[in-house]
Amino acid sequence: MGAALEIRNLHVSVEDQPILRGVNLTVQQGEVHALMGPNGSGKSTLANTIMGHPAYAITAGQLIFDGEDLLELETDERARLGLFMAFQYPVAIPGVTVANFLRNAINARMKSQDPESKGIGIPAFRKLMLDKMDLLQMDKSFGGRYLNDGFSGGEKKRAEILQMAVMEPQIAIMDETDSGLDIDALRVVSEGVNTLSGPELGVLVITHYQRILNYIKPQYVHIMLDGQIAESGGPELAVHLEEHGYDWLREKQNGNGK
Amino acid sequence: MSDAEHLEGIREQYDEQYGFRDPDSYVFRARKGLDAEIVGQISEMKQEPEWMRAQRLKALEIYQSKPVPTWGPDLSGLRESDIYFFVKPADQEARSWDDVPEDIKRTFDRLGIPEAEQKFLAGAGAQYDSEMVYHQVKKELEAQGVIFKSIEHGLREHEDLFREHFGKVVPATDNKYAALNAAVWSGGSFIYVPPGVQIEMPLQAYFRLNTASIGQFERTMIIVDEGAYLHYVEGCTAPTYSTDSLHSGVIEIVVKQGARSRYTTIQNWSDNVYNLVTQRAMVYGDASHEWVDANLGSKVTMKYPSVYLMEPGAHGEILSIAFAGRNQVQDAGGKAVHIAPNTTSQIISKSICKNGGRSSYRGLLKVYPKAENVKSTVVCDALLLDEISESDTYPYIEIENPFVTVGHEATVSKVGDDQVFYLQSRGLSEDEANAMVVNGFLEPLTKELPMEYSIEMNRLIQLQMEGSIG
Repeated sequence: MGAALEIRNLHVSVEDQPILRGVNLTVQQGEVHALMGPNGSGKSTLANTIMGHPAYAITAGQLIFDGEDLLELETDERARLGLFMAFQYPVAIPGVTVANFLRNAINARMKSQDPESKGIGIPAFRKLMLDKMDLLQMDKSFGGRYLNDGFSGGEKKRAEILQMAVMEPQIAIMDETDSGLDIDALRVVSEGVNTLSGPELGVLVITHYQRILNYIKPQYVHIMLDGQIAESGGPELAVHLEEHGYDWLREKQNGNGK
Repeated sequence: MSDAEHLEGIREQYDEQYGFRDPDSYVFRARKGLDAEIVGQISEMKQEPEWMRAQRLKALEIYQSKPVPTWGPDLSGLRESDIYFFVKPADQEARSWDDVPEDIKRTFDRLGIPEAEQKFLAGAGAQYDSEMVYHQVKKELEAQGVIFKSIEHGLREHEDLFREHFGKVVPATDNKYAALNAAVWSGGSFIYVPPGVQIEMPLQAYFRLNTASIGQFERTMIIVDEGAYLHYVEGCTAPTYSTDSLHSGVIEIVVKQGARSRYTTIQNWSDNVYNLVTQRAMVYGDASHEWVDANLGSKVTMKYPSVYLMEPGAHGEILSIAFAGRNQVQDAGGKAVHIAPNTTSQIISKSICKNGGRSSYRGLLKVYPKAENVKSTVVCDALLLDEISESDTYPYIEIENPFVTVGHEATVSKVGDDQVFYLQSRGLSEDEANAMVVNGFLEPLTKELPMEYSIEMNRLIQLQMEGSIG
C-alpha cells in the first residue's frame, strides 16, 4: 500500500475562532476524493492546514502523512515528503521563471533526500519539463514566463497543474473552493487531475461546484458542513447533492445532534 | 535557531569564503594617520614626478578644508588617526601569477581570480591593500594597442595621457573623499582602448584588503577612444575585523565619440568597511556608458555613480543594486547630468533591506539650460524583508530647460507571507523562498550581467539571505 494522508479528529482555529471541529478523512495514494460543501464550511481551512499555513492554529487532532506526524514539520518539509497543494489563487513571483522555480523546487527535494545530491542537471530538467508540458498539452513558452506574473486565471491553473506534474507528489490537494472561479479554470484543473491521476497519485479535490462529476470521477465524495465531514460516500453522493442541495444534510446533522 | 545563531552563520560563511585573513606581509607600512609627511612618503615611494606630488599636497589641503558631510549616513565613527593610509604589499607588480608573493597568490587563488582570468576574462588585475600586485592583459589585445596596467605604471609609462585626464573627470574639489583620494591615491587600473577596438570579454580588477584598519584608495582611469568598446568589472572583499577600514576610490572614465563602455562593480566588503567612492563617466557624442553597481557588503556605502552627457547623442545608464543587512547602511543611487541637447539617461535602482538594514536611493537628475530634447527615466524600487528595516528615497531633480521628458517612479514592497508560503509549499525552505523572491526582484538587473557574474550575484544574494528570518 502506498502513502496515505490521515486526518484525525482535526480541530483548527483562525484568530481564536474555531473553524474545523473534528475532521476525519483518509486519502490513499491512487485514490481520488472530492470534498464538497457550502461556503464557509471550512474546506479551504482544511487545505491550508494540511499544508501548514501559519495562520491556522491546530487545537486538537492529528495529521499523518506516510506515517510522519505533519504537525512536527514545516510547510517545506511537508512538501518535500510528497505533499502538494494546488492553490486557489496562486501568487505571482515576479522575475522568477516557471522553469527556474521548478528546477529549484526539484533540487530542494533531491537535496533533502540526499544531502550529497548535486540536484538535477539542466538538460535532464528541461526534458522532464517539456515531457510534462506535452502530456498536459501546454505551450512550451510557459517555462520562460515569470511565475504567475500577469497570468490569466486559466494560465495560473495550468501553472499549478504543471507544477504538480513535475513535482510528482504522492498526495495532491486541489483547493478550488471559490464558487466564483470560472468553469474554464475548473476544467483545466480537472483535466490535469484526470491526466495525472493513477496508482502513484492520491488527490483531494476541494470544490464548491456541485456538478464536479461532469469533470472528474472521484471514487469518494465527502461533504463538509460547519467544520466537520457530515457525509461520505461514493459518486452517488455528489449526484444526490446536485439534486437536493445541502439542506437535507443540515437537517440530518441537527437531528443527530438533538 | 535564534537570531544570534543565524547571524553567527552569516559571519562564518563570509569568513570562510571571503573574510579569511593572511598574516601581515607588507614590505612597507606608513604610520597611522594622515598628514603632508605621509602624502610625501607615498609620492616618494612611487617615484612620482614633482607635479604629481604637488597635486597630492594640494588635494590634502582641500580634503582638510572640507567638513565631513552630514547630509547622508553617519560617518562620525570614521577616525583618520586610526587608519593606515598606505600599506605596500610587494616590491613590484607581477605580470605572471608565479611572480606574485606566495601568500598573496594563495589569497587570490582562493577567491578564484586566476581561474576566472583563464576562463572568461580579457585581462585581470589584482590589488592587495594599497597596490596592485598583478596586471595582465591578453597578448592580442596588447598588440591592438590596448593598455591595461596599474595606475602607477600608467603614470610612469604614459605620463602625457595620464596627465591629460587625471582629475579632469573627478576634480579633487568635487567632494571631501575625492580630495582624500587625490591626496593619497594608490593602486587602481589605467586603461586605454584605442579607436574601434572592441574588447568582447571583460577586463576585471579585484580589490582585496588584508591589513586591519587600512585605507584603500584606488584610482582608476579609463579612456575608451572613438568607436571602441570595453566592459570593466571590479570585485572587492575583505577580512572581517572588529576595527573599521576605509575604502575610498575614485573612478574617472572618458567615453569618446561613438564608443560604448560598461563598468560593473560587485562590492562585497566585510561589514567593517566604510565605502565612500566617487565614480563618474564623461560621455561624448553618440557614445554610451553604463554603470552596473551592486553594493552588497560594507558598513556604510555612499556611492552615486554618475554620467555626464557632454555632447548630443550621448546616453548614460545606471543600474544600482543595494543590499543592506544588519548594521549596514547603503546610501546608493546615481546622477545623470545632461549638459548637451538630445541626450538620454536611465537610472534603475533596486534596494533590499533586512534585519534592520537601511538603504537609501539618492539620485540627481540635472538638465542644463541648453540641453533641449532630453529624455530621462528614473525608477527606484525597494524591497523590505522585515518590519525593522528601512528604505528612503531622495530623488533630486534640477531641470533648467522646458523641453525635456522625464519619468520618475518609486515603489516600496515587502516580501509577502503569501509568497513565502507558496514557495515553501513547493519544498523551498523559508530562506530559499525569501532568496528566490529577492533574486526575482533583482532579475531585471542581473540578466544584464554576463552569465558568470549573474551566477556570482545570485550566490552572494543567497549568502546574504541565509538566516534572514529569525
